[in-house]
Amino acid sequence: MGFNFRGAWSIYTREIMRALRTVFQSILAPVLTTSLYFIVFGAAIGSRMEAVDGVSYGAFIVPGLLLLTLLSESTSNASFGIYMPRFTGTIYELLSAPVGVAETLVGFVGAAATKSLILATIILTTATVFVDYEIAHPVLAIGYIMLVAAAFSLFGFILGIWADSFERLGIIPQLFLVPLTFLGGTFYSIDMLPEPWGTIAMFNPIVYLVNGLRWTFYGSSDVNIWVSFGLTVGFLAICVGVITFIFRTGWRLRS
Amino acid sequence: MQSILEISGLTKIYAGGFTALESVDLNITQGEIFALLGPNGAGKTTLIGAVCGLVKPTSGTIKAFGHDLSRDWRPARARIGLVPQELATDMFEAVWRAVSYSRGLFGLAPDAAKIEEILRSLSLWDKRDEQIRNLSGGMKRRVLIAKALAHEPELLFLDEPTAGVDVELRRDMWRLIGKLREGGTTVILTTHYIEEAEEMADRVGIIREGRILMVDEKSAMMARLGRTEALIELAQPLAEIPPVLSAFPLSLTDGGRQLCYRGGDGTGKGKEEVANLTKALVHADIDFTGIDIHESSLEDIFVDLVEERA
Repeated sequence: MGFNFRGAWSIYTREIMRALRTVFQSILAPVLTTSLYFIVFGAAIGSRMEAVDGVSYGAFIVPGLLLLTLLSESTSNASFGIYMPRFTGTIYELLSAPVGVAETLVGFVGAAATKSLILATIILTTATVFVDYEIAHPVLAIGYIMLVAAAFSLFGFILGIWADSFERLGIIPQLFLVPLTFLGGTFYSIDMLPEPWGTIAMFNPIVYLVNGLRWTFYGSSDVNIWVSFGLTVGFLAICVGVITFIFRTGWRLRS
Repeated sequence: MQSILEISGLTKIYAGGFTALESVDLNITQGEIFALLGPNGAGKTTLIGAVCGLVKPTSGTIKAFGHDLSRDWRPARARIGLVPQELATDMFEAVWRAVSYSRGLFGLAPDAAKIEEILRSLSLWDKRDEQIRNLSGGMKRRVLIAKALAHEPELLFLDEPTAGVDVELRRDMWRLIGKLREGGTTVILTTHYIEEAEEMADRVGIIREGRILMVDEKSAMMARLGRTEALIELAQPLAEIPPVLSAFPLSLTDGGRQLCYRGGDGTGKGKEEVANLTKALVHADIDFTGIDIHESSLEDIFVDLVEERA
């Protein structure tokens, strides 16, 4: 018996159904929050700001805001997806079924990434209502969005296995991811920062993600674009390695 | 009969140093109903968890359907079902959806007719569109059983299936297990209710402190370890057992007002001896006013065994 396609599909569809059951929390709430950012920083304040790298301020913040939602939603969806079965005890069914790391990743991480991509589509569509923007490299932008969604869904999956309480589940996204994203050039170009903050900002990995996505939108970036892609792919590979290790050893899954 | 589960030298020591299982050897043959009896913390759930992939064994081997579960676990797990002790299920999911999910998880194609058959057999058909959280405790347990049966397992583990359920559901469950046996499913159940094992099991295993104390056919175990107990109320108290009764295994209780017989072997021999004892009493002119006689149950045997080895 090889890869259990039906098993993976069952997990995937169940996770998508769970999102549909909680459509306000999963879809509408993040879209509303991001729309508010577009209204305040894009339409209201943005019209009084100077263009950044030749891009209007309202359009400049679109990739950063999209990334902010992608990171937080991918992470929380995947972490919640695997944490809840652990919390309620239904993980027994998954562990006793003929599904391994591959099926579990396709199911849980695939569903979390899918939800993020749906969100990204809605957010990009909504953004057109408030700001004018164009995507210079649409295929690369879609590819990069998928890559980031997959990488942070994997990261969220690890968090969901690591966490042993709801408080821990929220620590990393709220105390690290959101602040790093805000300070990672979502609302400004790193060039605009005075020293030493400009140099310090380069140690923030989110800077490279924001700039990677911004490059696919407008063809300009504060950092080397290959470093951005390399970091994203490397992060994804590390997460896959960690999850494989978790399944091999049964850490936090099997007693 | 063909052995479908072979456990050899299975040991589980938890991180804190607690030994839950110690060199457990067990063979389960196809089509049997095996009852694993033991007090709380004896290692029953750990043993089931080790077979079902929930617990990582410290040492030992487990083979199911000829597959070594440490390496070749996929084909084996596809044929094993588990009903856990805890009522663990997604409470916001509808019954039909939950059972269908379980079938898919184990790699089987959707089969509405099969799901319907399972739900009807568990009196869940009318509740198929209900969210599980709206069901009673007994109904939730039925859902767990339906989920475990959804992939038509050949080996089914029932961990305390009737814990906390009412008499009606318990009887329903016994009937269901009987039907599963007729269909060729092998059932391993753990239970606190000895009556349950006595009613259904072909073989019984007794486990205590992680060690299997005894495994035997239920009837053989009762024949070997069973006893007859008779309490004879005497009209006049005796100071000691008269020599004419010395051939019988007797003792005096209740200040000499009660003659207690404990003997036999669970095959009915004890009843014959009690009949001979009453004749001897009449011949010896010892008057009695009543006799209370009973065969020891599996529960008595279980308690004796567990206390004896404590």
